[in-house]
Amino acid sequence: MNFFFEVLITGLLVGIMYSLVALGFALIYKASDVFNFAQGDMSLLAGLALVGFLTIMPLWLALVCTIAVMTLLAYATVFIIFRPLVARPPLILFMAAIGLAFLVQGIGQSIWGTDAKGLNIGIPDNPIILGELFLSSFDLIFGVVAAALVGGLVLFFQKTRTGRALRAVADDHEAALSVGIPLLNAWAVTWVIAGIVATVAGIAWGSRLGVQFSLSLIALKALPVLILGGIDSIPGAILAGLVVGAGENLAEVFIGPYVGGGIQTFFPYLMALLFLWFRPYGMFGKEIIDRV
Amino acid sequence: MGRKWIFTLFALVLACSLILASGQVQAADEKAQFFGLLIYRTGPFAAGGSGMGSGWEDFMELRNMQGGVNGIKYAWEECETAYNTARGVECYERLKDKAVLFHPWSTGITYALIPRGTKEEKVIFSSGYGRADASDGSVFPWVFTTPTNYWSQNSAKIKFIGEKMGGMDKLKGLKIANLHIDVPYGQETKPMLDALAEKFGFTIQHFPVPWPGIDQKAQWMDIVRRFKADWVINRNWGVSCTVPLKEAARLGFPRERVLGVWWCGSEEDVLPAGPAAKGYYSANFHGSGKDFPLVKEIIDKVYGTMKGHMAFTRVGSVYWSRGIYIGVVTEEAILTAHKKFGVKVLTGEEIRWGMENLNITAERIKELGLEGFMSPIKTSCENHEGGNIVLFQQWDGEKWVPAGTQTPMNDFVWPLIKESAAKYAKEQGITPKDCK
Repeated sequence: MNFFFEVLITGLLVGIMYSLVALGFALIYKASDVFNFAQGDMSLLAGLALVGFLTIMPLWLALVCTIAVMTLLAYATVFIIFRPLVARPPLILFMAAIGLAFLVQGIGQSIWGTDAKGLNIGIPDNPIILGELFLSSFDLIFGVVAAALVGGLVLFFQKTRTGRALRAVADDHEAALSVGIPLLNAWAVTWVIAGIVATVAGIAWGSRLGVQFSLSLIALKALPVLILGGIDSIPGAILAGLVVGAGENLAEVFIGPYVGGGIQTFFPYLMALLFLWFRPYGMFGKEIIDRV
Repeated sequence: MGRKWIFTLFALVLACSLILASGQVQAADEKAQFFGLLIYRTGPFAAGGSGMGSGWEDFMELRNMQGGVNGIKYAWEECETAYNTARGVECYERLKDKAVLFHPWSTGITYALIPRGTKEEKVIFSSGYGRADASDGSVFPWVFTTPTNYWSQNSAKIKFIGEKMGGMDKLKGLKIANLHIDVPYGQETKPMLDALAEKFGFTIQHFPVPWPGIDQKAQWMDIVRRFKADWVINRNWGVSCTVPLKEAARLGFPRERVLGVWWCGSEEDVLPAGPAAKGYYSANFHGSGKDFPLVKEIIDKVYGTMKGHMAFTRVGSVYWSRGIYIGVVTEEAILTAHKKFGVKVLTGEEIRWGMENLNITAERIKELGLEGFMSPIKTSCENHEGGNIVLFQQWDGEKWVPAGTQTPMNDFVWPLIKESAAKYAKEQGITPKDCK
C-alpha cells in the first residue's frame, strides 16, 4: 500500500510540472484564441537564456535578464506576428504559432548552441524519506513554487486593474474594445505572463533534464492536460495536470507490466479522450453555444 | 503589396541559396572522394549528431589541408535528418548518386538503408550501432558494425558487472534492470540479455521508456522500490540518458550501479545531471580528450585557422571523438582499397572491399597519433565487426576516467549472430556468401 501512495504522490508532484506548461497555453488561449504551439519552445528559450546569462552574472540578475528576453519576445510576437492577423480564423493563428515555435527554437539554438547544458539553481534533489515513502525534495519545493505562482496569478487577475482588463478581453474582445481597453496591449501583457510561466517551467524542467532541445517537448505533456481540463481554463490546467500526472504514473507501474510497459505517454490521451465523451469542453472549459 | 514583398523575399532567399550552393558543388569535384553526411544538428538528439558529424568533418578538413588521402581530397555534403528515419532515407536518396559509403548515425535509419544499400552497392557503416546480426558479412556484405555491435557490447557489460561483483559466479541471483528507450535501437539487446540471463542465472527485467523519455519516474520507482534491482543498464539516447541519473539520485540508488550504453556515455549526458552523475559507468569504444597527437594537430591546423565545424569548447568530447574515430576507420578502408585498386576515387565495391580487409594494428594506431585512443581492428569477409575490446569509463564529476576493458563473449555471441543472420537471409531470400 505504501508503494501505491508513493507512486500516487510522486505522480501528483509530476502533475504540477505538467500544469505549469499547460497554464501558459490556457492563459494565451483564453486571452487571444491562439493555441500557442510555441509554449514548449518558449520554455526552451527561457532555459537557454538563463543558462547563457548565468555564465556572466548572478542568478537574480540572470532571472531579470531572462524575463526581459521573454518580454521582448512577447511584444515582438504580438506586434509583428499577430497584429496583421487580428480577426483572422483560428486556424491561421494556429499556423502562425507553429511558425513561431520553429523560429523561437532556431533563434535560441543559434545563439546558445545545441549542446546540452546543466542548470543548477541551488535547489537540492535528494530523497526525503517519510516513513516508507521516498519523495523528491526538488519536486516538493517546485510544488510550492508552482502553487505560489498560481496564487500570484489569481491575485493579479482578480485584484489589479490590468488583471481585470485582461479578464474583460478574455470574456469578449469587442466589448473590451468598446470600453477602451487596448486589445494588442492586453495581448502583449498576456504573452509576457505566459513567458514568465514558461520561464518557471523551463527552470523546473531544465534543472531535471538539462537545457537542450528536448525541453521543447514538454509541450507534449501539456496537451492531454488541456484536453482534460479545458483549453481556456486556468483551474482546469491545474487540476487536470494533477490527474494526468497521477494517472500516467499509476498506469505505468500497475497496468504497464501486463501490457508490455511504456504506456505512460499514451495513457493520458486515452483518459482525455474518454473524458471528452462526457464533457467535450473539458472539466472546466467554457461551453460555446453558436446560434444556428 | 504584401504578395510583392513575399515574392521579393523568396527571390532573395533563392538567389542566396544558389550562390552558396555553387561553393558546395565546387567542393564536390570529380577528383574528390565524396561523402554524404546524414547529420542531425537539429532536433532532440542534436548534441550527439552535431558532435559526431563535426568530428568527422574536422578530420576530413585536416586531411584536405595536408593534401588529401594519397592526394585524393575529401568532399562532403551535409543532409539534416533530425534523427528521423524518413528524412534519413530521403537524404540517402538525395546523395546516393555521389556517395558510396554512408554513416546513418541512427539504428532506425540503418534498418531502413540496409536493403537499399545492399541493392545499390553502397556501404552502410553503422559503427557500434544498427543491427547486431549485420556483423555477419556473409549475409550482410554491405553492412559494417565495426568495431563492436550491441550484442557483443552487452556481453562485455555483463562481464563488467560480474567483475564488479567479484566474479561471474556472483551474477547468479542478481537482479538487472534493462531500462531502454522504446524504439528499435532500445529493443535491439533484449534477446541477447535474455540469453545471457539464462546462461548466468541472473534475473533481467526490461523497462521500456516511451520516446522522448523526459519523465521516467514511474519506471524508476518500479526498478528501485518494487523490482529492487542490483544493477541498471541505461540504454537510452539523448535526454533519456540523463533522466535516469537524476531519478537514481532521487531514489538513493547508487550511480556506481548504473551502466550506460556507449550512446549514454558523453559529456552531454552527464553534465546536465550535475552531481547526480558522479560515479556513473558507461561503455565506449574509443578514448576522448585533447591529448592525442592527431587531435592536437586538428586543434592546431583546423581550429587554428578557424576552419573547425563545431564550438571549440566541445573539441575532445566523447561525441566529437566518435566522429574522429569513424573518420579514421573510413580512411583506413580507403587506404586499404587504394593498395589493391590503385589511387583513385573509389567505387562502392572498392570501398566495401577496403572495409572488409581492414587491419589497423597497434603500430598503425601509434603512427596515426592515436595510441590509447582506439584498439586494433581486423575485419574479414565473415566478420564485419573487427574489434574485440569494449572500453568502460566512469564519470568522476568532472570528466570521464577509464574504468577498464572487457572482451565480448565471442563464443556465446557469434553463434547467436549467425543464427539471427541466417533467419534474416531465409526471410529475405538471400544466399549467404561463401567466405571460406
